[in-house]
Amino acid sequence: MTEISTGQEPLIRARRLTKRFGSFTAVDGVDFDVAAGEAFGFLGPNGAGKTSTMRMIGTVSPVTAGDLTVFGLDPARDGARIRTRLGVVPQADTLDNELSVLENLLIYGRYFDLSWAEARRRADELLDFVQLTERSGDKVEPLSGGMKRRLVIARALINEPSLLLLDEPTTGLDPQARHLLWDRLYRLKQRGVTLCLTTHYMDEAEQLCDRLVVMDRARIVAEGSPRQLIDRYVTREVLELRFRRAEGETDDSAHLNGQLEGLAERVEQLPDRVLVYTADGEAAAAAAYERGLRPASVLVRRSSLEDVFLRLTGRSLVD
Amino acid sequence: MTAIGLRLVRPGAIASRRSLRVLEHDLLVFRRGWHSYLLSGLSQPFLYLVSMGVGLGLYVNRNSNLPGGVPYLDYIAPALLVTQAMMAASFESAWPIMGKIEWDKTYHAALNTPLGAMDLLVGDLMWIAFRATLLSVLFLAVIVALGAAASPMVVLAVPVAVLTALAFAAPIMAFTATQTGDSGFNALFRFGITPLFLFSGTFFPIERLPLFLQPLAWVTPLYHGVAVARSLSLGQVEPVGLTVHILALLAVAMAGLAAARVTFRRRLVV
Repeated sequence: MTEISTGQEPLIRARRLTKRFGSFTAVDGVDFDVAAGEAFGFLGPNGAGKTSTMRMIGTVSPVTAGDLTVFGLDPARDGARIRTRLGVVPQADTLDNELSVLENLLIYGRYFDLSWAEARRRADELLDFVQLTERSGDKVEPLSGGMKRRLVIARALINEPSLLLLDEPTTGLDPQARHLLWDRLYRLKQRGVTLCLTTHYMDEAEQLCDRLVVMDRARIVAEGSPRQLIDRYVTREVLELRFRRAEGETDDSAHLNGQLEGLAERVEQLPDRVLVYTADGEAAAAAAYERGLRPASVLVRRSSLEDVFLRLTGRSLVD
Repeated sequence: MTAIGLRLVRPGAIASRRSLRVLEHDLLVFRRGWHSYLLSGLSQPFLYLVSMGVGLGLYVNRNSNLPGGVPYLDYIAPALLVTQAMMAASFESAWPIMGKIEWDKTYHAALNTPLGAMDLLVGDLMWIAFRATLLSVLFLAVIVALGAAASPMVVLAVPVAVLTALAFAAPIMAFTATQTGDSGFNALFRFGITPLFLFSGTFFPIERLPLFLQPLAWVTPLYHGVAVARSLSLGQVEPVGLTVHILALLAVAMAGLAAARVTFRRRLVV
């Protein structure tokens, strides 16, 4: 694990952090630090232990074993004090369908002990920030998925938190809604809010995170900035080859026949395509063609965290 | 269990400022629909009292078999007041609470704020008490308008109804927190609440029940609530009996609260 260079006390500090439900281990002795002001990500497939870790940080799920401090405080003893300074965007929207958009924010402000007037002032400001001012008096139910997500984010900001926890903030949203959300999160980060998020989207992790850990089966398998992880575990470029399969063929071995040997650092066969890891994708494509390979489609792209994950676990991230 | 119960008696521990926030939430929801509450809160008692008290009472009074020759309307009015509060509280501590735990998960949203599971439990119990108070006051108004109370002590039937409501709400909330869907509620109402409504001395003295069923009535909180409210309304107060009834109601409410405290934690803090 890399040490935080600022020398300051980290906002979140976890050592051998463990969560068990009966005999099932959801989080298995993970270590990580999150520094003030950074955007930190937990990347991994469903069931990797991301949500359980977030819920422990949010002090709503008791730690089974290991050490965890948030703002230097112990979640078991100072849960309410920690939550006062925390904003949480849970995986499920958990909005109150019996209340209007504005009322959802007001009552949440009251839970944080704000006066009605102060809650109102902040709610108006936040509705503007997430572009929901016109829907202020509406019920929550008819809002689109993206709007609901934005409302949940506004709700999480009502107490002006210094740390925002986001559990899969854009899962299930269309691309436009995702980009609007990313933009808002980016602005928050610029204002100095520390972001801690989980995602199983590569582009999201690359867009938002300064630093991240890759989780798989309750453990952390790698840690670093998106760039560092890509440099460390994969090549600069990836050549993707797709072959037209004959009847009964279940993989592409018949087409490859060892013809990629020596062309690439690593070759990965996926159910629907072949990934060729190489510094120069164009050159590898040309070489493959020279050797007689005739793929149905060829794509050269920059490698991503998806490739890192594949490399680390042997499985693709979104099954 | 007693240790938990005793600790709960500390008023500061029960009604913390945080639990008041939960009550505020429920009042905010209530603000949207208060007119329909008011309408049904007045029409229901009127319909019940006129049809059963006046209509059915015509035949009952002819035989005048009630203790002390009390008019049937006067006999059932305080009982129905308590019953209505009990019914509303039972409903409110089942489906809406399940919604907050499981369907809308708004409890989980609240737990991300400084509020804790205990605040949610106590705050929603306060709301149920508030609603029972409101319904009982409306019921009382109809009783007075129909001249169905012999004694001004009938106003004390309101707090008795609220206490009875809590004696149902607390244990039912404890039960709700153990459920994952609402199928258990159907059984609870069919085999629990409805029979109680019919056989707790509401419509006829429990002495008319078969002998083996009478002890069953004694252990149900509704019987005690009905007995107290009726004695107040008829002006036939017997201090020792009244104290026993009140203590019985308190005991059930406190036991329910202690149980709910455990099941809420178990359900919400995982």
